[in-house]
Parts: sequence; C-alpha cells; structure tokens
Amino acid sequence: MMNLFVLQLLNGLQLGILLFLIAAGLTLVFGIMDVINLAHGVLYMVGAYLIATFAAATGSFWLGLLLMLPAAAAVGLVVEFVVMRRLYDRSHLDQVLATFGLVMIANEAVKMIWGTSPLSVPMPDILSGSVPLMGPLKYPVYRIAIIVAGLAVAAGLFVMVNYTRVGMLLRAGATNRSTVSALGVDINRLFAIVFTLGAVLACLAGALVAPILSVDTGMGESVLILTFVVVVIGGIGSIKGAFLGAILVAVVDTLGGVFGPILLREVLDPAAAGQMGRVLAPMLVYILMAVILFAKPAGLFGRPA
Amino acid sequence: MNHKIKLLASTLLTVGLTAPAFAQDVPAAANDDVLKIGLVYTLSGPPAALGEQARDGFLLAAESLGDIGGMKTEIIIVDDEGRPDLAADKARELVQRDNVDFVVGPIFSNILMAIVQPVTSTGTILISTNAGTSTLAGDSCNPNFFTTSYQNDQNHEVMGAYAQSQGYQNVFLMAPNYQAGKDSLAGFKHSYTGATAGEVFTELGQLDFSSELAQIAAFQPDAVFTFMPGGMGVNLVKQYSQAGLTEIPFLSAFTVDETTLPATQDAAVGMLGGANWAPDMENEANKTFVDGYIAKYNAVPGTYAMQAYDAAQLIDSAVKKLGGDLTDRDALRAAIHEADFDSPRGDFSFGANNFPVQDFYLVEAVKREDGMYGTSVKEKIFDDYVDNYAAKCEM
Repeated sequence: MMNLFVLQLLNGLQLGILLFLIAAGLTLVFGIMDVINLAHGVLYMVGAYLIATFAAATGSFWLGLLLMLPAAAAVGLVVEFVVMRRLYDRSHLDQVLATFGLVMIANEAVKMIWGTSPLSVPMPDILSGSVPLMGPLKYPVYRIAIIVAGLAVAAGLFVMVNYTRVGMLLRAGATNRSTVSALGVDINRLFAIVFTLGAVLACLAGALVAPILSVDTGMGESVLILTFVVVVIGGIGSIKGAFLGAILVAVVDTLGGVFGPILLREVLDPAAAGQMGRVLAPMLVYILMAVILFAKPAGLFGRPA
Repeated sequence: MNHKIKLLASTLLTVGLTAPAFAQDVPAAANDDVLKIGLVYTLSGPPAALGEQARDGFLLAAESLGDIGGMKTEIIIVDDEGRPDLAADKARELVQRDNVDFVVGPIFSNILMAIVQPVTSTGTILISTNAGTSTLAGDSCNPNFFTTSYQNDQNHEVMGAYAQSQGYQNVFLMAPNYQAGKDSLAGFKHSYTGATAGEVFTELGQLDFSSELAQIAAFQPDAVFTFMPGGMGVNLVKQYSQAGLTEIPFLSAFTVDETTLPATQDAAVGMLGGANWAPDMENEANKTFVDGYIAKYNAVPGTYAMQAYDAAQLIDSAVKKLGGDLTDRDALRAAIHEADFDSPRGDFSFGANNFPVQDFYLVEAVKREDGMYGTSVKEKIFDDYVDNYAAKCEM
C-alpha cells in the first residue's frame, strides 16, 4: 500500500506540473486582462498537434519541441490579435460565449487539418524506459522528465515575475490594472505579451504529454475544468497560487482516484466501487475548493477584491 | 348502430394489429431490385481505427464479389461517432428513409444495444461484425440479428483458460466501465478460478493509465488481464512498457491486435491475446483475404476487418441462394443461417442463437516477415466453441 502511495504521489506531482503549465497562463489572462478564456484548453491541444506534426516532419522529438515553441507563440499572437483584443472591454458573458465558440471552431479546424484519427508522438529514446524506485517498483523516465521540465519552467517564471521589468508590470497589472495603464504603460502590448506567454506554456504542456497520450481533438476540454479549479484555489492572477493549487488538486485527484475505490471495494462490488471512485475523485477536488474558498474567499494567494 | 360501431372497431383493431405486423415482416426495402446495405461504424475519435478496419474489410469483399448476391449493390456508410443516441438516429434513417435491406455493424456493444431495436423491429436484418452482447446471445436473442464475430465473453474465456493452464494464482483484471468491459471480466472468470489481485473498471476512453499501472506495480500480480480496445489499448501498452512492467505477463483481448500494433510496434511484441483468427492462419480463403487487404490498404487486417469481410460474404451467399428475392423473410433468415461461405478463420457455422460456432486460439503479437506487425496463432484453446448464453435463447 505504501508503494502505491509513493507511485500515486509521483503521478500526482506529474499531473500537477502539467496543470500548473496550463493554469499559469490562465491565471495571468484572468488576473491581468480580466478575460475568462474558455479556449485556453484549445492551446493545450494545439501544442500537442504541433509537436506531432513537427516531430513527424523532422523525425526528432527534440527538433519538434524546438519548432513547436515559436509556432505556439505565433498561434498565441494571432488569437490575441484576432479574437481576444476585441473582448477586453466586453462583459464576462460575451467573453464566455466568444471563447466557447472558439473552442468549437478550433476543434473542427483541427479535425479538418489533421483528420479525426488520433496521432501519436514517438517518445525520445533516451527518455523511454523506466528507473527502479524502491523494491520492485519502477517509474517511467519520461514522467520524471516532465516533472523536471515543469519545475524548471516554474523556476524560470518565478525569476521572471519577481526580478524582471515585465514581471513587475505583470504583478502591477494583476494588482491594479487602471493604475498601470495610467502610468503610461502600453497596456495592449502588455496584454499581448501575457496572452502569448500563457499560450506558449499551455502548448508546452500539450507537447509534453503528447508522447504519453494519443493526440486527439477535445483533449483540451478534459483538463480545462481542473485548470479553472486550480486558478480559483490558487487565487486569480497569482503564479505562486497556481503552482501550489495545481499540485494540491492533482495529488488529491490521483490519490482519491485510487484509494477511493480500494476503500469502497471493501463494501461494494468492483464495478460499483470503480464507478463510485471515478465520481468521488473529482468530487474531492471540488470539496477541497469549497473548503479553501470558505477559509480564504480570494483563494490561497489572491488579493481580496 | 351499436353493432356497427363494434364491427368497425373490431375491423380497425384487426387492421391496426395486423398491418404493422405485416410491415414488420417484409420491409419495403425487400421489394425493390437494389441490394442496399448500411454500414454503421465508429469512424471518428480514438476508436476510429477499429471502425475503419471493419469498413475496409467489408468494402474489400464487396469489391471482389462485385454485385453482392448478384444484385445491383449500394453501400451507405455512416459514422456513429461512438454515440449510442446518434447511432440510433442514424440506424432509423437507414431503415426508414434509405430503405436498406441489411444493416452491418457496429464496433461497440453500447452502440449495438442502441440500434438493435430500431433496425430489427422493422424486419430488417442486422449483422453485427464485432459487438456480441450477452443479452442478444441469450434471453433477448432475435431472429433478425446475426453476428459474424463472437459472443463478447468468448475471447476473454480463451485468456481465462490460458491463465488457468499456466497456474496463475492472482491476476490483476482491468476493463473499461461499460457492458463489453463487464462481459470481458465475466468471461475471463468463467474459465479462470484463481484469485484476483485487483479488479479495476476504468472510464471508457481513458488515455492515461498511470493510476492503474501504479496499482499493478504495487500489487505485483502473476499476470495482468485486460480488455482495452483501440486508442485505450495503444496508450496502455506503451505506458505498460514505459513503466517497466513487461516482466509481468500481459494477457488481453482486443487490446494487442492489428489495429493497435502499428502504433505500439515493439512495445507490444510478445504480448498474448485470445482471438477467433489470426492473419497468419493457413487456408486458401485466408490467403486471398489477407493478401488482398494488404495490397489494397497497405496494412495487416485484424479481426474487425475479417469479421466484416465475412459479413459481406454471408450476405452474398444468402442473397444468391434466394436468387435476389428477399420477400420471403423466413427463407432469407434460413439462408443466412446456413452460412454457406468460406471464412478466412476456417470452421464457421451459426448456433441456434445466430451466434457463430467456431474455434478460438491463443495469439501472440509478432513482427512479421514483411516488416509489419500482426498477431500469430500460438495454440488452439477451444474447438467448435458455443457461447454460454445460447441455451437461454428461444426463438
């Protein structure tokens, strides 16, 4: 049971890192630009499709990853310029409608470009296989690589937000947008930077999971809800909050998903226990959210309105 | 007056009762001279590869047969998108608007359960080329429903019998949480009496198996038995070998097959499965089928393709027997039941419940001589095997 706990903790950490990469962009867009972007999951999906395309074209995962980053930035800039820019002054309802429409358009567009069959991305040779953990337990190298890469990105973001001029503007924007604008900062440029940064991070998350999962339309929607939970728990606009929130949500989700059914199996038949566990795990996440919001209504690191 | 009303009422009642019964027995489609066949397969989303194989297998047979049953043939292909509600609507359209004579498909049991009633209640013949739900083999068997595949439990029973013969004491069981998944584990346990290390039902369409693999690693069972068709299987097999679990024997059905091997390749080689056929079986009909399929689609066919290929051959044989006259429905059903064609799998006949009586094998994933991946027969497990539900069927 201890072994299982350790493995699930690692799985939770890996999922948390992914959620963080997606949530970091979302929380910035939400906190600084005050835009609810339901299409953020689309960027995650696009990242996976981009690396599938580039990796297939170049025959190398690493070249694919390298080419994916500028392409992701380009996608971010285009979406910001074409769609997001028009939504800054609109109500939240308009934003929800427009970005939800974008989700559908993007999913159909992806089907038209890449077809309906899922794509797969070959795993780089040096990261395939597994390392011994404890006793007979092994853990896939690639999942460890995701954790390491995600932590590196988190550290980079931490430095950028706390010690650079752009980071200062981001923090200022998240705290009080109108003052930043009044001080003569080009707010449009700041918004474009924020959105593109978020897009690149989400695409990176998509690219990193591509070798583990098959690349498919709709993969973005499945993570979007959890990501919103992360943003709300962490506090809107806070990168630090997004990081802690993501790890918390993912660990609760993965541990609940396994230990829930195991405990339930003691009292129910396996099919019902499995089903209950599936229902239970996401519920735990929302219960966690409710408890945190009850204690801290603005989230762990959010500023009270 | 009162008398007249009674007469009128009883006449209306008689007409009202017999008219639909008549309509049920001979669908409008039977009266034209075109043989219309509707294919209902899942052609989008992660399981699309299965539907595509089945469709291609059917079309390959249709192409080599020319006019199926000697009649002008029209084939209508619809995508159920894996959604039972949509499948039921599309099946109704096929039967009521397009007037098809036969509906062939689907891949998944939940889709089959959704289309059985809309199709067969009009008297149209439904031929499943994959899904073989236990209810349709037993209590709810249906004279207008045939299957060229198997009863869902059977391939799993093959694996159960194999696990039993290997003397495994605790096996970890895993299947998606839907009817076929439950049938799968029931089938395995039908012929395996040892203990289970764990029994997990996953979400249908789940792609990340890290939690389940963690449980397998922690429990260290004698073997794993699973049923994960399509994209789920691809992800599971890759993640299984990435997690370094390959020392634990991996038994499966519909998980490691010709639809998933192109994606899993070496990660799956050596994994064992149960099947009613493998592409390397040696007989004339199989050689024609496999060579034709590889030449046309440049891929190794799987059971999905083979069973759909047989459905086309089955329709052809039955319609030819009747000389294209489909109005005598009893004669049509009897002609189909004779199954007078050469199946690539060898022995094939229909049991009393319109499910096949056939042999089952242990198959192993191999890299073939042509460089492609496929399954290969290792040993015969069951001979002329009848499913466990046939006895419950009364038609």
